[in-house]
Amino acid sequence: MYQLGNLVQELSDKYGRDRASLMPILQCIVKKHNYLTDEAMVEVAKELDLSAAEVYGTASFYSFLDTEERGRFVIRVCRTISCSMKGKEDIMQTLEDLLKIEVGDTTADKQFTLLETNCIGWCHKAPAMLINDMPYTELTEDKVIEIIKEYMQK
Amino acid sequence: MVTLKINNKEVSVPKGATILDAARKLDIHIPVLCHHEDLCVAGNCRVCVVEQKGSMALVASCARPAEEGMDIMTNTMRVRSARRHIVELLLAEHRSDCTKCHRNMNCELQKVANDYSIGEHIFLDLVEDHDYFVDRSSPSFIKDDSKCIRCQRCVRTCEQLQYVSAIAVAHKGAEQKISSFHDRPMSHVVCTNCGQCVNRCPTAALVEKTYIDQVWDAIYDPNTHVVVQTAPAVRVALGEALGLDAGARVTGKMVAALKQMGIDSVLDTDFTADLTIMEEGTELLVRLKKALVDGDKEISLPMFTSCSPGWIKFIEHRYPKYLPNLSTCKSPQQMFGALAKTFYADKRKLDPAKVVSVSIMPCTAKKFEADRPEMRSSGYKDVDFVLTTRELGMMIKQAGINFDTLEEARYDSIMGDSTGAAVIFGATGGVMEAALRTAYEIVTGREVPFENLNIKPVRGLEGVKEASVKIEGCVDDWKFLEGAELKVAIAHGLTNADKVMKAVRDGKAEYHFVEIMACPGGCIGGGGQPIPTNQEIRQLRVDAIYEEDEQMVLRKSHENPEVIAIYKEFLGEPNGHKAHELLHTHYVEREAY
Repeated sequence: MYQLGNLVQELSDKYGRDRASLMPILQCIVKKHNYLTDEAMVEVAKELDLSAAEVYGTASFYSFLDTEERGRFVIRVCRTISCSMKGKEDIMQTLEDLLKIEVGDTTADKQFTLLETNCIGWCHKAPAMLINDMPYTELTEDKVIEIIKEYMQK
Repeated sequence: MVTLKINNKEVSVPKGATILDAARKLDIHIPVLCHHEDLCVAGNCRVCVVEQKGSMALVASCARPAEEGMDIMTNTMRVRSARRHIVELLLAEHRSDCTKCHRNMNCELQKVANDYSIGEHIFLDLVEDHDYFVDRSSPSFIKDDSKCIRCQRCVRTCEQLQYVSAIAVAHKGAEQKISSFHDRPMSHVVCTNCGQCVNRCPTAALVEKTYIDQVWDAIYDPNTHVVVQTAPAVRVALGEALGLDAGARVTGKMVAALKQMGIDSVLDTDFTADLTIMEEGTELLVRLKKALVDGDKEISLPMFTSCSPGWIKFIEHRYPKYLPNLSTCKSPQQMFGALAKTFYADKRKLDPAKVVSVSIMPCTAKKFEADRPEMRSSGYKDVDFVLTTRELGMMIKQAGINFDTLEEARYDSIMGDSTGAAVIFGATGGVMEAALRTAYEIVTGREVPFENLNIKPVRGLEGVKEASVKIEGCVDDWKFLEGAELKVAIAHGLTNADKVMKAVRDGKAEYHFVEIMACPGGCIGGGGQPIPTNQEIRQLRVDAIYEEDEQMVLRKSHENPEVIAIYKEFLGEPNGHKAHELLHTHYVEREAY
């Protein structure tokens, strides 16, 4: 991440250097690099004159501001009650088998990370999952295989 | 003013005061856990809830401003039941191993639980399911998340009082915790070990790392010679840990208690505080001469004091560019340690390897300081164990000593003599005042031009103090300072220290000499002092410090007979070769994040 310093500087120029700018800056870094490395959080702390612990505190509060290593495609399977009742467990099992990882892990080639998420608002079309920002709904095992195969080609 | 009723009694408080303030004015007790007088309102523990007539919900009395005509009840069935549930919920996530706990009998959660007769827990115990982390990496304190009730006093302390924010609130919901940057060990972050968080923690989530057992072992070991030094601020606070009023001066009782505990020699950090003034005062005058007369551009001014190890670590992290501005003098604790295993051991014909050097400090950062690799000038670890004021209080209790009725005793000799200038090291502004009393006299041959040696402008609890002293009538050696105005500043609490540093950095302040203490109020408000510590208590301790000074026969460091003798017999000149070897140190640059 050799251009990290530049990126943080650019983002701070764009959004400002007050406390309120922290969120958009962190969001943009995640968008670009999948997750927040320690180096990135320290850079942001420096730029905004905050402590690194404060930046980490904020980032760790939000599920979508990851501070652990994440793959290029982050799959978040909804774990809340409607999706659970509509077969979320089978969907998860299919994903684990397909990607050969367990929930919480990232594939060795750093392409996929498999996570659970709280409700994403697609209860009426459960079970649902997100891949990065894209929702996939009314999932079946076949549908999941098809979707993941598509992503593997990307 | 607004007037309201609490439990049917009328009370008037200034606008902006909280319901809690008003209740306290009526002497009505409301329990609190997240509230602390030194910190901003948080309102997150809810244990202070009260009932307000006309309001459906209970209100948090620490957060809600008192309003005209309010009708508040603090002890209704609803209030009582809510408080009990709140405490029970906190206990469900708190490792309640009270008898094994460092804060047993001095825990705010334990006290509320006791006050509300919490018996069988009605909620599930969630502690065992949680993978809590106990961080023992710092030599100063232990952070045990299983005891944490997430009141966030520590986070607010670190941010508001100390401008460090080494810890912050991380994660959310059941996972919420107080965390350093990405859960790094506390020894590897910007923490200064000041212990202000330890002093404010209501439970044992943050406690000093204790060395009580090691000190008892040394006392019981017939082959060791245990020498104790006591810091200035301990003698005006120890009484609080033993049931006396805040501000009680207990110097003689403390010495007597230490002797009864079996300490071989009870000596005084005040002796090396006087020595610090000789070294640091000389260093300041030499720097001024080099800068003003010789035009030496390498000389760094202002010179900063170096007694406070929390401040030292702060500047090492935050302003490493200014490390050359720090006085090279070790703190009085470390000067004492270096001399205990050299000069003192020689005089008493002791094998320095068998001398165990223990210090009693108002401070947790002193534990870190004693562990610094630089602090081995004697060839041994100069200070073996550092105990806080609180730990000494515990040991006195363990020894079964009735402190209140103890007959006062005097310090032993060889490094036991001190002056009033040394004792005021314990209060913010004290080092400055002591230094001025001596430096002014060296330069002019006359006493400082303040009534009864009391340099009032450098005293008090204002965050940043400034003063200037016009130097007139210099003796021949110091003629170059004739007419000069010595500009000084004093800051206490690292938030204030940071303000001074920014002013210096931005060229907005031209000081010659700056005293900085990491803790609010100086050492009397140190992280190792009795709990609670707040502004009112700090003021009482400060008053006691100046009373202690006033009743000393000698009040200027350079008049301490043992100090005069040690230079003659052992050290040579202030800032001389031997002094440099034993009494001075260097600093290291640390990462800023």
